[in-house]
Parts: sequence; structure tokens; C-alpha cells
Amino acid sequence: MALLLIGLPIAYWLTFSKWRWKFLIESIVALPLVLPPTVLGFYILVAIGPHSPIGRLYSDVVGQALPFSFQGLLFASILYSMPFAVQPFATAFEQVDRKLIETSWTLGLSKLKTFFKLIMPLSTAGLITGAVLSFAHTLGEFGVVLMVGGNIEGVTRTVSIDIYDEVQALNYAGAAQTALFLLIVSYSILLLIYAMNRKVWAVWPQK
Amino acid sequence: MAAEIAINITKTFPGRTTISAQVSYPLQQATALVLFGPSGSGKTTVIRSIAGLEWPEQGTIRFISRTWLDTRSGIRVSPQERQIGYMPQEYALFPTYTVKGNIAYGLDALSAVDRKKRVEELVDLFQLRGLEEAKPHELSGGQQQRVALARAVAPRPQLLLLDEPLSALDLPTRLQLRGELRSLLKQLALPSIIVTHDWTEALTLGDVVAVMGNGQILQVGPPQEVFTRPRDAEVAQIVGVETVVEGHVIEKAYGLVTVRINGTTLQGLGSDDIGSPVFVCIRAEDVVLEEAGSGTTSARNHLGGKVIDITPHGVMVQVKIDCGFPLVAMITRGAQEELHLEPGSPIVAVIKAGAVHLVPRSV
Repeated sequence: MALLLIGLPIAYWLTFSKWRWKFLIESIVALPLVLPPTVLGFYILVAIGPHSPIGRLYSDVVGQALPFSFQGLLFASILYSMPFAVQPFATAFEQVDRKLIETSWTLGLSKLKTFFKLIMPLSTAGLITGAVLSFAHTLGEFGVVLMVGGNIEGVTRTVSIDIYDEVQALNYAGAAQTALFLLIVSYSILLLIYAMNRKVWAVWPQK
Repeated sequence: MAAEIAINITKTFPGRTTISAQVSYPLQQATALVLFGPSGSGKTTVIRSIAGLEWPEQGTIRFISRTWLDTRSGIRVSPQERQIGYMPQEYALFPTYTVKGNIAYGLDALSAVDRKKRVEELVDLFQLRGLEEAKPHELSGGQQQRVALARAVAPRPQLLLLDEPLSALDLPTRLQLRGELRSLLKQLALPSIIVTHDWTEALTLGDVVAVMGNGQILQVGPPQEVFTRPRDAEVAQIVGVETVVEGHVIEKAYGLVTVRINGTTLQGLGSDDIGSPVFVCIRAEDVVLEEAGSGTTSARNHLGGKVIDITPHGVMVQVKIDCGFPLVAMITRGAQEELHLEPGSPIVAVIKAGAVHLVPRSV
């Protein structure tokens, strides 16, 4: 959800901005795709830790430190899963015909209104893909979570870490159960996306 | 309401001709200004600049008392605030909305009741009854055009901008809608600026024609004047039709139409109704000159007349003839010598019926 709110404006900007240094931001957004999760996790940990400005600001305002808390985990997850949301969004926006958008402007609709009344309905497929994909990815992530969240039962323990713990404890049956659960969930989500995309294309043949 | 549009803009594209257009013209209530020129001449850039979708590096655009663009003082009015109706090429209907939804799209400011009333009004005016719930891809080209026009005029714009309104249609539909569009524009009583590369559309739709070539506006005037009295060779070449005269259809049979022009009659191909006013258009290359008194040919039109004027154009000479109406012919220098043509010589102009183009005009 949080990812959707942050990802949409970034994707919009990436698609429609004519700024010449746009590629800098583009590559930063895509960075988590190639970076080992532990590297990202390490930097996030340092960035939000009590010795950094962000971490200090947060603990001053909220009265609680970010690392090893659910909020910290959320923050890390957003950064880490960003490309999985932003890239499908941006691709979907790019496919919207510029002429439609311009016509909407001449009809008196602001850029924001055009976005909600025209661009969003035209890119439903991409939006769903992005949302679901990033959700699924967040569900399955491991490295970043371990680095930032620690492994506190009931607070920052995620499904994938749970599996790791079970294996460490030689509880293979428990691990298998959780792994199977994760496999089924991931597969169903992907199944849903692909099925939906096909249906969407059939209903609105583009051009 | 007297209104004026004044445009003076420069826009460069890397690797292409610089667009540098100046035009100012009074736009009365229903004046249609046609921007006419070959593709690549910059027409679309000009109309997009007027719409606020393209930002020229330099210049000013004023409409009535409002300044839309003035690069020197940094005025840049957004397309949203210009109160225009814009119809892009290929119409750009919103695919996720129905016909009704498309028309109502720009009516956010109205209350639900008023919006519904306005949509109903436009559905009637543009003859879209029965199609209200259809999606754009279910419509024919002509219907799409009407929806796009209805959508553009729904918020009651001050100025209508149409970019190639007919070129997305197939030929028979285009011919049929040409006249229809003209009467719709008159009915709307809105000033409009129309871009086209088709000279027949320029003649039918335009009250004023601005000829564009190489990124510049070369000549502005009433269509007949611009077509028959091009300012220079460049305009003449763009226009391509030297003879444009007013006539009336007096007979119609088997796809052949007889028109009367000042007492002279001509036969041409067409299906215009008897009594309808038309422009009779003939290209100079299609006129054959022969000595007076020679035999019959297969051509339908033999017009006796007198040479008025001869002007050389490279290897060709342009001959102006009076045969009840002014007619321009283009022949080679050799032919001119053989026929001993000079001002005053009697001559017969021969024109095939297929070379007589009839374009509907409004009175």
C-alpha cells in the first residue's frame, strides 16, 4: 500500500519528465534489483540508525528508534521493492498515447485530474502487476529484513526468515510447511497476474 | 463579437526546418481559418502551439484580449486555461469511456444536472442518438469524428482547433463529411482554426486560408483569392490549382455534372445536386490549347476564348485566357510558337471532364 503511494508519483515523473539527468534517478530506483540485499540492508541500517540524521529525526519525533522495529522494516521493504512497483507502473504509463493526455489537458483537466481520470484507468493492468509483484516480493525477501529488522518474534519475523530459522534448528518438517505455503502463495499471485493481464488485453484491444 | 488571433512564433527542431510563423487575422463569430500546406510545412506545430501543447522558443500568441504566450515577459498560459476545443489527428477518443463519457469528460465544472443536459444537447446536435453507451472502438470513422468534435465543443470553448479533421477517414466518407463539417462549424458559430494538406478541404471549410510552406506562412486571404492569385511561385506550387471560379450545378446525369459559370457551361465528374453552388477548379497542366476551328476530340469541354496574358515559367509558359471566365493554361514554349500565341489571339481551350474538379462551397 505504502509502496503504491510512493511508487505512482515516481513512475509518473520517470515517464513524463524531460529532465536530461533523469537516467540518474532511474538507475537509483533500479539499483535494488542488482545489489545484494545485505549491501542494501547494511546501508539502510546505517542510514536509519541512531547516529544518522534521519534516524535521529525519527526517534526525536516518534520517540522510538527505527532499526529492529516494524516501521524500520517497512521503510527498508519500500526501498527494496521499489523497482518491482515502479517499473511496471512506468511501462504502463508509457503505453498511454500522449495525444489522449494532451487532449485531456485542452479540455481543462489539470495534470493531476488527467492522471486519475485517464491515465490510471488506461494502465490498470500495469498497476495491478506492479502492486501484486511488489507485495509478493516483499513477502519473500530475506537479506534486507534480516539486516534491518533483526529477527524478533512477532515483530520483525517474516515468513522467509522463519524458514531459515527452522532449517537452522533442523526442523525440516516445519520449514517444508512454511516453504510450501510461500510457494503456493507466490505461484497463485503470478497466476492471477498473468490471467488478469490476458483478460484485460482482450477487453481493451489497444489501437 | 470581434476577435482577433495574432501569432508570431519561432520554434526550432534539431535537423529540421525552423518554424517561423506570423499571422494575425480577425476571427468573426464563425470564421474558419485554414492552415494549408504540404506535410512537414509546420502546420501542426503552429496549431499545437496555439493549443499550448508545444512551446515555441520565441514569440507571442494573442487571442482576443488575452496573451497566451509571450516569451519575452515569460507569459505561458497552460492549455487548461486557454478555453479551447482541440481535436487532434485521429481524434484521440478516450478508449475507456463511452460516447457519453467522452463528451462529458471536460464538463467537470458543471453540476450533474447541467452536465447531463449539455451532453444530451450535443448528442442531438451531432446525431449520436443510439450510440451513447458505445465505446470508441465500436464506432465508424465518421462517428468517431463527430464524438471528438462534440467532446471538444462541450465545455463551450472560445476557439476551436482542428488538426486534419478529415484525413483519418476513407475517401467516400471524407467527401461526404466535408460538407457536413462545414455546416456544423457554421451552426456552432465558433471561430475555428483548421489544419489540412488537402486543397479541396481548404476551399470547402475555409473562410480564410493561410498557406504554409517551409515553416512559414506565405500568404493569407480568402480561399479563392489565394488559389487564383498566388503571391509567388512557391505559393502557386503549394496550391497547385490555378483556376478556381464560382459556378452552379445545372444538370446531373450518370456521374457527369454540368455547371454554369457566367453563362459558359462546363462538364465535370461529380455527384453534386442540381442548383448547388460549387467552386470549379482546374489545374493549368490539364488545359490543352488548340487553334480555333479544328476538329472534334473526346474531351467534353471546348471553350472558345481570347488570350489575355502570357508569362514564361522556365521551359513552360503560363497562358491566361478569357473564355467567359478567367482560365489559366500551362503549355511548353514550343507549343506557344507553333500556335503563334500572343495576347489577343483567339484560341480554343480543351479540358477533359475528369480534370474539372467540383468542390462544394457555401453561399
